[in-house]
Amino acid sequence: MHFKFWGVRGSIPAPGPKTVHYGGNTTCIEVRGDNNELLILDGGTGIFPLGQSLIPEFPLKVHIFITHTHWDHIQGLPMFLPIFMPGNEVTIHGAADPITQRDIGEVLARQMEYAYFPVREAELNASMSYLNIQEGQRVQVGGVTVSSMLLNHPVLNFGYRVECGGKVFVFTGDHEWPFNIYSEDDPDYADYQQMVDQQRSRVIEFFRDADVLVIDTAYTDAEYPSRKGWGHGTFGSSIEAAREAGVKRVFLTHHEPTRSDAALELAFDEARKCHDVGREMDPQFDLAREGVMIEI
Amino acid sequence: MAINAAEVPGLVERMPAFPQGVTKVLDLASRPDCAPKALVQVIEHDPVMTMKVLKLVNSAYFGLSRPINSINHGVVYVGINTIKNLALSIAAIGMLPKSNKAGLDMNQFLAHSLGVASVAKLLATHLGVPDKDATDFFVAGLLHDFGKVVLAQFKPEAFRLCLDQAAEQGRSLHEVELESQGISHDEIGGRLAEVWKLPPALVHAIHHHHHPEHGAEDAGDGMCEAVFAANQIVRSLGFGDAGNPLIAEFPPLVSERFGNDLSGLMSVLGDLSGEMEKARLFTQL
Repeated sequence: MHFKFWGVRGSIPAPGPKTVHYGGNTTCIEVRGDNNELLILDGGTGIFPLGQSLIPEFPLKVHIFITHTHWDHIQGLPMFLPIFMPGNEVTIHGAADPITQRDIGEVLARQMEYAYFPVREAELNASMSYLNIQEGQRVQVGGVTVSSMLLNHPVLNFGYRVECGGKVFVFTGDHEWPFNIYSEDDPDYADYQQMVDQQRSRVIEFFRDADVLVIDTAYTDAEYPSRKGWGHGTFGSSIEAAREAGVKRVFLTHHEPTRSDAALELAFDEARKCHDVGREMDPQFDLAREGVMIEI
Repeated sequence: MAINAAEVPGLVERMPAFPQGVTKVLDLASRPDCAPKALVQVIEHDPVMTMKVLKLVNSAYFGLSRPINSINHGVVYVGINTIKNLALSIAAIGMLPKSNKAGLDMNQFLAHSLGVASVAKLLATHLGVPDKDATDFFVAGLLHDFGKVVLAQFKPEAFRLCLDQAAEQGRSLHEVELESQGISHDEIGGRLAEVWKLPPALVHAIHHHHHPEHGAEDAGDGMCEAVFAANQIVRSLGFGDAGNPLIAEFPPLVSERFGNDLSGLMSVLGDLSGEMEKARLFTQL
């Protein structure tokens, strides 16, 4: 199995000379199984160049797993070239919208409505199918197995655990570790904390022994207090979780759009010092970078 | 005309929540600094919002691998913003009218539900149930009479006859319902909870709150007995009114569970006026 980052930026694309090293496209990861099965995790703007690169493989079969439907994870989908070509088979997996009770297909079709895009979903030439993801469900794509877990974000967000040939790749999508909504003197504090701890254990098990974990690390520890509840992780929370889960290699992603390459490296260096990264048994930590391909 | 149990879930989809809950949710959600715990508190004091939020988080749309039995539990699993938007979507339906053709006073009904919820939670602690599970008893107490809201909304004329008959004859309301409608509010509430995949203990407590001995082998935690007992205690205190004029003595299963009869258990619990006052606060607009 191998994978390639096509977009590592959070929230909004951040093109320009100051982000050229790590890249400005929003979230998109290409994952290939041992038999070259094609899976794509999220359809941020990084999916546009990915789509161009796939032309030699037409007609193709692709399974796209959407972690959640915030713009930065779906905005590239209407410009994903394979959906316009007859003969291609595109299957999109993701969470239904529980508020409006719309399936993932209906949610995504809305961004191709008249007001937003010139081509309607119904006009796409590829064979399109949409499947709602349920927690714990396992999806088989050739020799690749994808399982899912609901993680904490201001919309339903599924983390995906991708397994093939004994190797494990995990992607969180956007995730903030749940925190206690009660103050310590509140009678509900202890019960709530127990539920928070239990949920943390479940998530750690979901990450357990992964060969690669790609994890939302939007904020520095210092930035976090003013962004608590926005649904993202920090350098500190990602480092601690990866250690706890016994992960081998970690890529920190969802880089802040305002953070230049230099600022990103500075933040990473500070976090490594602060959390004593590099001690015995530590996973290998790296910043996710657009264009990088990793063999697992 | 008897109520058709099969059509109830569809009807309830469009049923609004209590004015108290709706008003507070709209107010809280309009504030950018809305504290999650304040939102949770409002939802968990409105039987319709609680039922609907539990219904949704236990539905296939979330596809969660385990049942969610309280609002806090839901927040940990699906996030506060999703719970907030669920509450807003329920608030957008409108509000239950304070009075209805059935003659069920909704403020009195809410007071009764909140009173039973509070006492059921106290009884959980009394039974030695761990604190984290005592909240489930509160939810069961809050939702036990949900079927009555359904009847008042969708079969008001028939329900009015039941209420009147129960009052005139001093009979138990659920028996009158069963006799004249073929189905009683406890079964309607229980069936809804079951169709909506609420946790089995909660389904059991709602369905059998007048007869905890029915199907008692399915629920060993005492939730159903606690709701039964709380129901009699709150009525004995004259707090709120949900249309049942009769205060029932404890059947053997309930007496055994608490080691006491109704008056004995009330003596053990002591003064409940503080609890009832807290419950009353949530009936105010």
